[in-house]
Amino acid sequence: MAKTLIVGATSAIAIETAKLCAHRGDHLFLVGRSPEKLDSVRRDLEVRGAKIAGTISTDLNDFSRHAGLLEKALNCLQGLDLVLIAHGTLGDQKACEQDFSLAEQEIRTNFLSCASLLTLISNEMEKEKAGTIAVISSVAGDRGRQSNYIYGSAKGALNLFLQGLRNRMYPSGVRVLTIKPGFVDTPMTAAFKKNILFAKPDQIARGILKAIERKKDVVYLPFFWWGIMAIIKSIPERIFKKLKL
Amino acid sequence: MQKQTPHVESWGRTIKVSQTIIPLFWQPEKFPRTQENESFLPYGEGRSYGDSCLNEGGILLQTRGMNRFIFLDESKGLLRCEAGVRLDEILELTVPKGWFIPVSPGTQFVTLGGAIANDVHGKNHHVAGTFGRYVRAMEVLRSDGNRWICSPQENSELFGATIGGLGLTGLILWAEIQMKPISGPWIDQETVRFSHVDDFFKISEDSEKDYEHSVSWIDTLAQGKHLGRGHFMRGNHSSQKDDRSSKPKTFSIPCNAPNWLLNPFTVRAFNVLYYHRQLTQEKRNTVHYRPFFYPLDAVLQWNKLYGKRGFFQYQLVVPYKNDREPIKEILRLVAKSGMASFLAVLKTFGNIPSPGWLSFPREGVTLALDFPNQGSKTRRLFEELDKIVRTSQGALYPAKDATMLAQDFQSFYPRWKEFEKWIDPKFSSSFWRRVAEGQGTNG
Repeated sequence: MAKTLIVGATSAIAIETAKLCAHRGDHLFLVGRSPEKLDSVRRDLEVRGAKIAGTISTDLNDFSRHAGLLEKALNCLQGLDLVLIAHGTLGDQKACEQDFSLAEQEIRTNFLSCASLLTLISNEMEKEKAGTIAVISSVAGDRGRQSNYIYGSAKGALNLFLQGLRNRMYPSGVRVLTIKPGFVDTPMTAAFKKNILFAKPDQIARGILKAIERKKDVVYLPFFWWGIMAIIKSIPERIFKKLKL
Repeated sequence: MQKQTPHVESWGRTIKVSQTIIPLFWQPEKFPRTQENESFLPYGEGRSYGDSCLNEGGILLQTRGMNRFIFLDESKGLLRCEAGVRLDEILELTVPKGWFIPVSPGTQFVTLGGAIANDVHGKNHHVAGTFGRYVRAMEVLRSDGNRWICSPQENSELFGATIGGLGLTGLILWAEIQMKPISGPWIDQETVRFSHVDDFFKISEDSEKDYEHSVSWIDTLAQGKHLGRGHFMRGNHSSQKDDRSSKPKTFSIPCNAPNWLLNPFTVRAFNVLYYHRQLTQEKRNTVHYRPFFYPLDAVLQWNKLYGKRGFFQYQLVVPYKNDREPIKEILRLVAKSGMASFLAVLKTFGNIPSPGWLSFPREGVTLALDFPNQGSKTRRLFEELDKIVRTSQGALYPAKDATMLAQDFQSFYPRWKEFEKWIDPKFSSSFWRRVAEGQGTNG
């Protein structure tokens, strides 16, 4: 029975992952922003038989609350085996280009808040010499593109942060998993026209748990994004800069 | 967040209209948006066949994202969940706990909201009535921002209008339903072959008392002394407890089949083979609830078998107790037309009333037919059938309908005027404009 902390618990991928964790008997602690949404997710999971140790609704962009949040989670769960960090926003790239305060907000949400949380969580797990940290990043962090480089750069920074953290945690046995989903059919992408590349959140959730079980470092979900991103990364910059991607 | 998608269709795929989609992921605190002259319609899984789930030029509130359970009382079998939860999701949760949905339509891939809005019926109508009878309470959000909790006791008028109300009375946010206790996922099933529709009525009468579920498949091409021959399937929830069932195996029709695939020849061959697949008069076995209640769910997107042209479903009910001539005349007409129905389903409805004002099921015999869309040829057959339904005081089912005449709807559903007062002023559908306001050209 794992003790599992889910941050960004009202995101579609997190909800599906929480259902699977609940199914295998995990004790869950959920963190989300909107108290109403968090409450409806908690009730749904409880009807499905989940053991919810506690919830906190908080704005993760207020970093000063992170320590208190972790303390409460540790108290409720009596330890920590798995952390899934799943919160994020997909801002309006065009608006961010015109107004840096919007871009700053995106980078705070998608990178800095994670860095702050991970600093606290990793120190805790390092002390215990055990645990798994799984963080939802994005394929968008693999290469900067004009269509979403603000989100992409935050996720890219997150990828490097996780890479370094994984390296640092290795001796203590704490595992760090970087999850790079491609297009997922969630509220975040509601405005997008769906095509064959779009995956369902429950499919991504199964991939996440499998990657955790297999002790992977980095996982592309669904797997074929590894190939797509390998090609995108291999395009020489002098050509790539001319593309409209 | 919204998008313009011409791809949202109803199950029959004969109607191509453009509408704006607003996906809902959470129970909205206030009504999504209200500008002048906008019209809204909730849209679940789009399993209605005609235009009752479409709103040409308007907005569809896609409810599938509101799919959370709220509460389950495992001792009483009371389940409360959001309107976008699908029946298969409910069953997956409750069957292992010993509860089944009180009424099962022919597919489990419909939302709870859709099941209520169409007041669906199932194989147990003769003993259980419609789905709406098991709704204990629900909450409806109106476009003026007001939320109404309604039940048979509280706001009972809105309750009666919303059950079978085709989504027009507001957005159902959640509903609480009374489930039915079962021992396990199994059904003790019996299949009885019958060679004439008169035999159907006899078996039906004999089965009414001892079998909770009954339905018949019939061969619509058979004529003369074989008129309305078919298989009568009846069953009860089995007392077997163990769940040996594995995950359901499904496969999906990936793209449109060519239009010629389902033609009179192939359908006739299928019907003959299907009729004779059972060589004995009677067969008994125990089957899982999925193949018993939802045989077609194994083939995802089976509607694409009809090809790009799409297909019509025509479901009628006519009285039979004093006079079986109307249903026989209908069967004769269909057989004579040579427009083979791939799947034809015959069942008797009981006289249990529904709380829904526009509920379709009423005492009589109901027949559901599928026809490939062959344009005016198909419509001419429907006109012939309409005449019999009209003169025999029968009715047609809005959830399946794409062609019903306005005056027919108004006489089949005499409470429609009373219902109209409860329609949300900002809600409408292509179907409603066609049958109540006389707009549109029948798809």
